[in-house]
Order: sequence, then structure tokens, then C-alpha cells
Amino acid sequence: MGMTIAEKIIARAAGLEAVHAGEIHTVALDYLMSNDGTTHLTIDMFNKLKHPRIADKDKLVWIVDHNVPCDSPKTAASQKKMRDFARENGITFYEGAGVCHQIMCEKHVVPGQLIFGADSHTCAYGALGAFGTGVGCTDYLYGMVTGGSWVMVPETLRFNLTGKLADRVTARDVILTIIGMIGANGANYHAMEFVGDGMKNLTMSDRISICNLCVEAGAKTALMEVDDITLNYLAAHGGRKPAACFKSDDDAVFEKTYDIDLSSIVPVVAKPHFVDNLAPVDDVKGVKINEAFLGSCNNGRIEDLRLGASIIKGHKVADKVRFLVVPASQEVYRQALHEGLLDIFMEAGAMVMNPNCSVCWGSCQGVIGEGEVLISTGTRNFKGRAGDKNSFVYLGSAATVTASAIAGEIVSPYTY
Amino acid sequence: MGKVFRFNKDVDTDQIIASQYLLFPTVEEMKVHTFESLDADFASKVKPGDFVVADSNFGCGSSREQAPAVLKALGVRAVLAPSFARIFYRNAINIGLPAIVCEGLYEAVKTGDEISLDLEKGTVALGDKVFPCTKLPLHLQKILDQGGLIPSLDEMA
Repeated sequence: MGMTIAEKIIARAAGLEAVHAGEIHTVALDYLMSNDGTTHLTIDMFNKLKHPRIADKDKLVWIVDHNVPCDSPKTAASQKKMRDFARENGITFYEGAGVCHQIMCEKHVVPGQLIFGADSHTCAYGALGAFGTGVGCTDYLYGMVTGGSWVMVPETLRFNLTGKLADRVTARDVILTIIGMIGANGANYHAMEFVGDGMKNLTMSDRISICNLCVEAGAKTALMEVDDITLNYLAAHGGRKPAACFKSDDDAVFEKTYDIDLSSIVPVVAKPHFVDNLAPVDDVKGVKINEAFLGSCNNGRIEDLRLGASIIKGHKVADKVRFLVVPASQEVYRQALHEGLLDIFMEAGAMVMNPNCSVCWGSCQGVIGEGEVLISTGTRNFKGRAGDKNSFVYLGSAATVTASAIAGEIVSPYTY
Repeated sequence: MGKVFRFNKDVDTDQIIASQYLLFPTVEEMKVHTFESLDADFASKVKPGDFVVADSNFGCGSSREQAPAVLKALGVRAVLAPSFARIFYRNAINIGLPAIVCEGLYEAVKTGDEISLDLEKGTVALGDKVFPCTKLPLHLQKILDQGGLIPSLDEMA
């Protein structure tokens, strides 16, 4: 019986010839990423261990991105604990450099790796052919101390992509459409694998956007094959080389295969309060907004800023609407600066902010008040996710969000 | 016996404990905000030994371990649902909070009902009605029996 990409990566990490879905295996981890959302708790648990030790400090990457710059004395204490521990133990540490998954993709992840991240959107690394999965801090601590963990080998849902996206339809519309189709638990415990002729029409930014959001369908991980687009990205970002490049075997077992024609995808919006509560943007047009957000690990890359800037150039943000533009990393920020994109956003009246998770996680800059409406390129629209428990978040693409910021209400990305 | 607090499907971890409390220094400081957006008085009403019963896909969303941790800190005996989002499930077992797959219970109970759980037999009793639960895979049962994943680290030399 052949193997899927997920099975091949786990077999490699387990030091076995072959593994199959449903089996539980002990694996070595290539990286363990953690951010300021939970690391302070991990450190507290580490310090209470009878035999505290770090298996391999070079596998650890710690990133302060959720509340940066810090917003309160309590947060400052938690982040200080993280910073001090990283310094004392020689752990790779970033602060203010960008959103954790963007940093990991730009600087660390290579194809074939098995990576635990103490953040649910770790599945983004599938864009680079790596098996990334989100864990809590106890799992993280176990990996930090032993260098390994246990995993159950997931079944795979395969998505065969063909064709090409229409103008102003984005990868984000693709993955939101898929989540709407299979539901918020449609891929629970599963790997989602993306293949097909349509892949050649998707940039690395598009691919990260698709893989990143798979956890919103419950997926354990997302995976893509390595091709020239992947290799060129790795070469341009530190000259990294793959650990291993895997494709699923012809006789691998998939629980289900879906065919998706990219040319059939239309701009969509996820309505409050569930990511799978999907509608074509035309069905929700006219909903008044108080704030628009362009950023996050899902949609804060240079390609997203270029798209937004191309739409807002020559227009103004609507009166009494806040438009937050938050590049996903310093690399993206500086590139946008050099290309003049930030100037275009500022000229239009947007607030350009430092790279961080921002309002996507609802506990830092830009949170919204009672009864307010946000249209966002963030990852989630759960009740209260972006601020007050009685507020409303719509998820849309960089194009839809920017057009809506101009209009002051949700509009089609073709409006301007 | 413990009292039931019943929740609907797709309860995400932002509802269990919202983002703005996650960087508080300790779980003890966070726990008073548990389920704040769904039931503002939950933390003051729940007693040690009580149960959370929910519909499918409980704990979807973020990987924050604070979600099962605040439930455990409030003394919740177990969470019972027809299905769980995988990260919540793994986190719950890892910290020693039973997350039990149980079909039919959600439809049968209302908040305030008294139920009892027999983990060894894998059953839940509501009056004279008994609901079977899915037993944990051996590997996970072992982690739960040890009181979570940390005790196993302490046993390693």
C-alpha cells in the first residue's frame, strides 16, 4: 500500500520504512515554535519539573508577536519571562519581527520536516511541504524536554485544483470556499493535501494562505508538493535546502478527493460568528462597517498589500471608518515601504502598523467595541474574537476588505 | 454526581477563555473569565465535580491550552460531547481533564441536570438512563491515568 505525503513525513520522523493512517508513532521533531500566547505557562511548567532540561535548544524558535509592542503590565511580565528564559538558554528569539508563521516560513521551515507549533495555524508550513501542527503548551513542553512526541497518523482529504483564479479572486476566497463546503469540522483529525495543475498558478503567498486556514476546517495539517515555486522561495529566503521532498504514491489511500476548478471561485465572505458561515460577497453587500483590517499570518504578505494598494490608490478610506494595514513581517513591511505601497495606504487615510497579530487575535491594537462591525483578512470570526463579545467580524480577501474600507460598507472587490 | 452545564455545537476556544485574558500570569487569574461571552456567571456557578456537556466539535479554533486548563482549575470533572476538535482533545488529556466522546447525551440533558460518570466502565448516568461513552485509545488512557503528560516527564531519569 502506498503512502500519502503526511504518512511519508511521519515515517521519516519515526525512523520507519512505512506508516499508515490510524497508527500511533513516536517521532522526532524538527522544530518547536512557540509565541507569547502561551510560552509563559510553558516556562512555569518547565520550572516545576523534577528534571528540567532542553533536548536541543536549536530546535526551539520563540516569537513575540501576539501583543507587540506590549499593551499592559501583566503582558509585560509574561513577555519578560519569555525573553529572559530565551536569553538564558540560548533559544532563537524574535520580537516585533513579524507574525510567527510568517517568520517560520521566511527563515526556518524546509520541506520534509515535522514541526510542532504552540499555535493552531502552524498548519501553514504545508505550503513548504512540511508537516506543521498546532499543540498546547504541555505537548510543547514534552517536545522541548525530549525532542520528540507521539502522533496519530491522519487520514488525508485530497483537493485536486485545476484552472486559474479570476482577477481579484484570491487564494483566501479558495480556502474560505472549501471550508464553507466541508464545514468547520469537515477535516477534523485529517490532513488536507492540495495537488493538481492549478498549483502552478498559485504563488507561495497563495499557498501559505490556503494551508494556514485549514485548521478552521479542523485539519491536523495541510500539505503541498514541492515544486519550482517552493524551491525558488527557499533559495530567495536564505538559500535553504529541503530535508526531503515528498509526493503521495499513486496507490496511496485518500479518504476522499475533491475537484476544485479555480476559475469557478468567486469572492466570498465568512459571516459572524463561524468561518464556515459562507456567502458570496454580493449577498452581504451593504453591511455597514466600523473597521477594516488588512494583515495577519493569513493575508499580510507583500502580494496582499500590493493588491490592496492597487485598489485604494486614488481613493480615501470612508469617513469614521478605521482601516488598519499590518504587514506580516518586517521583511514585508520594508518591501512595501520600498515599493511605495505604505505611502499609498497612508495617503488614503489608513493606519499602517508594526508587524504583529493585531486585531486578528483581539487582544492588542484595533479591537472593536460593542455592536461594531469589522471586515478582516484575519483568521477567525468567532464571537468576541476581535474585541467586545457583542461585536461582529466578517472575513474576506485583501481585495474585498480594501474595497469595503473605501465604501464604508461591505462591497464587491470589483467596486473600485 | 455533578451538575450539567450544557453548550451548543462548535464552541470555540475564544468562547471558553477569550484572548484578552491569555497573557495573564496564571490560570488562576484567568479562570474567573471562563465562558464569559456565553454565560457571564459560569465561573461563579460551577462547582468542583460538575460537568460540561456540549454538541459536536467542542473546543474548535485556537490551540490555547488555557481553554482546558481553566475548566480543570474550576474543578470541572469532565467534558462530554459527541466530538471534539483535535487540539482541544489532545490538550485536555495532556493536562488530565477527561474529554469524553458520548453520543446522545447532549440531546438528553439540560443545564442543571445531575449526572454521574463512570470512567472505567465508560458510562454516563442521567437518572435511570445510561449512555455509553467511547473509551480512550490505550495510549491516551495511560496519559490520563498518570494525571497528564507532565508526570510521565518527571518519571524519566
